[in-house]
This record gives sequence, structure tokens and C-alpha cells, in this order.
Amino acid sequence: METRNLICIGCPLGCPVTVTIDGDDINVTGNTCPRGADYAKKEVLSPTRIVTSSIRVNNGVIARVSVKTKSDIPKSKIFDVMKEIQAVRADAPVALGQVLIKDCAGTGVEIIATKSVNRL
Amino acid sequence: MTHHDIVIIGGGPAGLSAAAAARKAGIQDILILERDGVLGGILNQCIHNGFGLHTFKEELTGPEYASRYIAMVEEEKIPYKLNTIVVDINRGREVTYINKEEGLVTIQAGAVILAMGCRERPRGALNTPGYRPAGIYSAGTAQRLMNIEGYCVGKEVVILGSGDIGLIMARRMTLEGAKVKVVAELMPYSGGLKRNIVQCLDDYGIPLKLSHTIINIEGKERLTGITLAEVDANRNPIPGTEEHYSCDTLLLSVGLIPENELSKGAGVSMNRVTSGPNVDDCLETEAEGIYACGNVLHVHDLVDFVSQEAALAGENAATYVKEGKKKENAHKVPLLAENGVRYTVPQVLNVDTMKDSVTVRFRVADVYKDRYIAIYYDDKLISRKKKKVLAPGEMEQVVLKKSSFEGYPEIKQIKICTEVE
Repeated sequence: METRNLICIGCPLGCPVTVTIDGDDINVTGNTCPRGADYAKKEVLSPTRIVTSSIRVNNGVIARVSVKTKSDIPKSKIFDVMKEIQAVRADAPVALGQVLIKDCAGTGVEIIATKSVNRL
Repeated sequence: MTHHDIVIIGGGPAGLSAAAAARKAGIQDILILERDGVLGGILNQCIHNGFGLHTFKEELTGPEYASRYIAMVEEEKIPYKLNTIVVDINRGREVTYINKEEGLVTIQAGAVILAMGCRERPRGALNTPGYRPAGIYSAGTAQRLMNIEGYCVGKEVVILGSGDIGLIMARRMTLEGAKVKVVAELMPYSGGLKRNIVQCLDDYGIPLKLSHTIINIEGKERLTGITLAEVDANRNPIPGTEEHYSCDTLLLSVGLIPENELSKGAGVSMNRVTSGPNVDDCLETEAEGIYACGNVLHVHDLVDFVSQEAALAGENAATYVKEGKKKENAHKVPLLAENGVRYTVPQVLNVDTMKDSVTVRFRVADVYKDRYIAIYYDDKLISRKKKKVLAPGEMEQVVLKKSSFEGYPEIKQIKICTEVE
């Protein structure tokens, strides 16, 4: 049996939760809402994260457009995703929500702009 | 002199939300004055996610959260002036601003909403010994340089202070290929949100050293290294605990200070703990018709609460414009923060005119486990609620109901405090 102490990041409360893993049996205690249990199970089985960064913009009023993965990606893929984000350039104008990378680092997840950047 | 019903100083999250709420309350003549070239304030550089869980029930990045409020202001066609800096506000609500197109202009406001936000505590406030080389930034400055202007700020990084911006920048710089060697915090607890410690430090194996501070800064042209030492209970460095770190960049995330030069100029009374104005339950300062909200009032952890608070200021300013001055000799009850509660916002409650419920926000002085938050009307205990954990880095709140004051017509004070068992 394995025990892991986590802090739930489902909301800003940050509840301390304890997960006990006994084969296929996963038990979560300390959570104050159902999201806490979901988070803790996911965190021990297949942790994922939203990655936010920025992409260089050609001819934009500002030098970079902020971006994010449209949904969460496996935690182990964070640096692969970053590598692709760093290699890409966008051309202004960029619209909020515009897809800048279609399938980032084989995750099947899009990279989208989180702000709009006008042309200089 | 041109007159506007409501003039809002600042077009960040607080100013935008206040404007939207004032319009919803029926005020047509609103003007937002913003010193930057775009609306949105600090959210524009906060490109990480985690904003809006309370307001929109989804997790947004800073620019996305800002865009929702900017859209509200644009749809409502609320006028704003960019690249416009306010240089003076007086008690008569004359607002003087300056910009390239109009020069120096003074306008008369029916009501003023202060929404100027806060700024970072600088190195000069820390008395850290050593040289003054390049490579030392406040965390927010580094954030702007990296996320908006597109500069690589540094390669080997030490961060002093565990405020949220410092934690966010630890992750951001790691993702951009920098090596963040350590985050040092003077206090025995972190000043940031727990989720940021998990997602920004633990995820990347960045050590957080509590009860540590920097005792020397080296490098003449560019920073070359720092010396870290553990501190005792009185926050004095302990000899023999020194550790040297080579680094080219030092980020400071050592606190935020509400930016209140204009408020002071208007002569409003200031609170020594929050460094913001004292306000009543309408978020009105003690200068008539001047309201305050957001980080200029007290520093928040979550923008959602800034938006909520600012909406309340917007509504109340609208009511003031429509109905005029509150009645004289109203029943004003001071809120006292005691025994582990550092301050409350608001600081004064108008019992007769208060809304059905008033949210009182506060911070505690230290990390407490299994303590109660108690509310007293004069000497009578009104409510007592147990909290598993209380921390200075996480703002708390209690709600006072108007109905709870029935039976206390002569109430002189409200006390909010922590209690052990």
C-alpha cells in the first residue's frame, strides 16, 4: 500500500488530501468537495497540466502573444510542448483564440492565443 | 470645467468591473482614465491560467479574463482615455489628468472610483547589503519583460520572496530554459497561494527555503552570485548557515503596496495595515463621493474578488450620483481586527443603510491551525466558525447579515478575531 500527500489545486482553497493506493483501490481523504477526489485520483494515475507561454509575433504592436494549450496535456510532455512553442513564430494580427499550433508535440492538443495582437 | 457623473482612475480589473457595474446601475456618463496604452492592467502580463474560477466558473489566463471585462466596457460603449495619467484628485472631486492630445485637463466628477492597483516593493526597501549590479528585478518587471516585451531575463536565477508573482516566474523562467536554483523566503511560511507552490515549484523540483534571506549580493557590472543564510525567530541571519549561489539574475517577490499617492493627495484617511484608504460598507472613503476598490484598497490574491469588490464600488457610486449624500449622523459602527486578524475591509459599517449582507474581507497575522474566527457585536459573541488552516497569504472573509443587527440598536463596535478553542 502506498500513501501520497497532495495539495488539491482544483480551486484556490488548496485542501491537503491524502491518497492511499492499494492495487486498483484508490482512496482519497481530506478533500472538501468532489473535485478534490477527482484531482487526487488523476494526479496519482495520470497527472496533466495546462501549459501557458508566449510566442514571438512578427510585426505586432507587442513582441509576444500569450498562448495556452487548449486543454490539459500529460505532465511528462510539458517540455516537449515548450520546445515547439519556442520554435514557432506568428504573424500579426493574431486574434484571441486563434490556433497557432494544431497538434503540439504529438499530444493532439492545440496551442491557442490568449490575447489578440494588432499589426504594427 | 467638463463634468462626468463617475470618473474611474485605472482601467485594470478593478476599474473595468466598477465601470460595468456603474453602467448596469443606470449611469450613462462614465469616464475611465488609464495610464497604459491598453486596458486590462496587470492581467495583460499574467499569462498563466487560474483566473476566473469564481466569476466565470472556468479557468482563464490573465489576458482572457481581462478581455471579458474589456468586452463588457466596449459593448456598453463606456468612454475611456488611454495613455492618460491622473496627476491630482482633490476632496471636491476635481480630477486633473495629462495626456499628449489634450495636455493638462481638470474635470469635475460626480463620484470618483479609485482603482489604481498596487506596485511591487523594491530592493531599496529591503536593506540587503552588497553591490548594485544589473540583473536584479522585481518579479513583475521580469514578468513584463519576458511576456510582453519578449526579452530573456536571465539564465541562472535566484528568487527572494515567495509571493505569487515570484512563484509564477519561477515556473515561467524554468519553462523558458532558465535554471531557477532556489526560492528563499524570510518568513517561516510562504506568502503565496498553496496551489502556486505545488504547480510552480514542486512540479519542477525547485527548492523553497523558508526562514532564509539574502545577506550579500555580488557582481559589479552584472550580478554574479548571492549569499543565502538561515534566519532565527527574530529574522536575524544565523552565523554558519551561509550558502553561496552563483546566478546572473535575482528576482524580488517581497510584497505589494497599494499605490495611493493620489488618494493621499485627495486627503482621504489611510489605513496603516492595508496601506489603502479606510472605507465603509459602500467602499466609500471618508471623503464624500470618493470610492476605492481592488488592490489600491488592499492587496488581493484573486482577481475574482477584485472584480466583485469593484462591482460593489461601481454600484454604490452610482447610487450616490443618483441619490446624493447619505444622511447626516448615520449610525456608523467601527470594525475592529483583533487577536490574529490584522485588518478588515471595510473598516466601518453603516448599520442603518447597509445592504442585506456585507462581505468583510481580512487577513490573519500568522499561520494558524484549527482556530476559530469569531465575530462579536460589542461583547456578545455572534458567530464562531472553525477553520482548519489560516494563513496570511490567503485572504479570508465573513458575511454580516443586516438581519443579525436586529436587537442591537445601540451597537458601538464589531470585533473580528481568531480564537483558540
